[in-house]
Amino acid sequence: MDKNKRLDLSYSQMKWETIFKRLLIVMSAIILLLVVGVFFTLIVESWPSIKSLGVKFLWGKVWDPVNNIYGAYPFLIGTLLTSFTALIISIPFSYAIAIYLGEYNPKGWLSDLLKNTIELIAAVPSIIYGFWALFVLVPEVRKLETAIHVTPYGVGVFTASLVLAVMIIPYAAALGTSLIRMVPSPLKEGAYALGATRFEVIRSVILPYTRSGLFAGILLSLGRALGETMAVTVLIGNTSAIANTFKDIFFGPGNTMASVIANEFAEADHALYLSALIELGLVLFFVTVIINLIGKRIITKYTNN
Amino acid sequence: MENTVVSATNFNAWFGDNHVVKDVTINIEKNQCIAVMGPSGCGKTTFLRCINRMHELIPGATAKGSLKLYSDEIYTMNPIYVRYKIGMVFQRPNPFPNLSIYDNVIAGYKLNGLKVPKADLDNIVQKSLTSAALWNEVKDSLYKKGTFLSGGQQQRLCIARAIAMEPEVILFDEPTSALDPISTSSVEQLFHELKEKYTLIIVTHNMQQAARVSDKTAFFYVGELVEFDDTKQMFTAPSDVRTQNYITGRFN
Repeated sequence: MDKNKRLDLSYSQMKWETIFKRLLIVMSAIILLLVVGVFFTLIVESWPSIKSLGVKFLWGKVWDPVNNIYGAYPFLIGTLLTSFTALIISIPFSYAIAIYLGEYNPKGWLSDLLKNTIELIAAVPSIIYGFWALFVLVPEVRKLETAIHVTPYGVGVFTASLVLAVMIIPYAAALGTSLIRMVPSPLKEGAYALGATRFEVIRSVILPYTRSGLFAGILLSLGRALGETMAVTVLIGNTSAIANTFKDIFFGPGNTMASVIANEFAEADHALYLSALIELGLVLFFVTVIINLIGKRIITKYTNN
Repeated sequence: MENTVVSATNFNAWFGDNHVVKDVTINIEKNQCIAVMGPSGCGKTTFLRCINRMHELIPGATAKGSLKLYSDEIYTMNPIYVRYKIGMVFQRPNPFPNLSIYDNVIAGYKLNGLKVPKADLDNIVQKSLTSAALWNEVKDSLYKKGTFLSGGQQQRLCIARAIAMEPEVILFDEPTSALDPISTSSVEQLFHELKEKYTLIIVTHNMQQAARVSDKTAFFYVGELVEFDDTKQMFTAPSDVRTQNYITGRFN
């Protein structure tokens, strides 16, 4: 092929390259705009509430729509408490599954069965967890509460956290499994050759190597927990009042930001009420963003080490 | 000077703030086999990757100065065209795992969307594989996946893939460091035949290899081109004490 024809072809190749690149940028920009748009809508719609209630909305302890008093504090506590409790319960399971499937049993039918089952956990609609827990878990929690001398509601923050924990296991577990399988074998063999046991290899080679990824898995789980609505709404008891002692808050009924919005959105019969609910949504948005940012910072710090 | 294929004048390259190639000036003549050697991190691979503008594919990588293919400034040419004229073979054999041997050889044509009649393609495949000394070994399994070949065969397949585009220059980035001695010698054998048609620039860690295959040798140290001379001269009476130290292994 002569030089000029080849050059022409090169330029047309470059032209397509540029068009393709622009297409990618446009597609990404659309998503970015969408998020900005959602954020903007939240601000606009909650503006009446922001204007009339100010920042005390955040730590107001009373939520009384009838008298037009709105405080988000009980729901902020409810959301953070359920999410972090669920996270703490789920981490040992997620890690155990990830280490087992990633290192001890990465191949074979048992491994596949377990992996698919774990992934199925994430696929089950959350309302089903809500029902299951209502019929199975709530009576058991009631027994426990009687035994430890707290009011045996059965439903409440603790019950919601338990179910939430089950629901968020697959996120950290699946990511962790893939990461642990990707640890280069020369690295592991290096430790085995020095006489390390499997447990020691996991502790001193695999976990440090996958540390930031495993943490990202936790963050993924947490993000899911913060926003989970249906199962929590069914199980949390839906009380907007906040109890006085931690024990009562933890075992008694409560509400999360998501569950209040789900429960009361249809009944919001005046503008300020509706606006306050949307502001709750805005706060939830911010809480999620802030926790994710902190998480990313921690991941970067780990990764650089 | 009309024999000069690739020439650099005060050429520099960076990774971010890291100045990895410093003021390199070199003239590489047609149909020669040039060995580029030096300790790890001396900038030799970076310089090689600048010649076909692979360097700029790494985020944060920049280059400055004059680098020419014949009389054309490489950094103002169309990069696609540059890479068509200047082929490359990498350290690890990297045949495309999803393609057959046949398709691997003509991958350059496929990737670029060049329309070539089937008969011509057959010709190109046979010619390229023959030039890469691989034809006799694979002629009965052209439509099998290239990844079933041995490491040395895979590397020769990659060389055939580069030859198929009929480039002016072929760059080799430590082409035998992942191969066993038998495969290495078959690839080295090939260099002698290839330079009849192409200009070869070979980065190598192996000094014996440089001595065996090259006409001229360039020695890089901490980003600078310390010495560029006939290989025989370089290995018997280097003019720079740093070269002397390196080839005698007294380096720290």
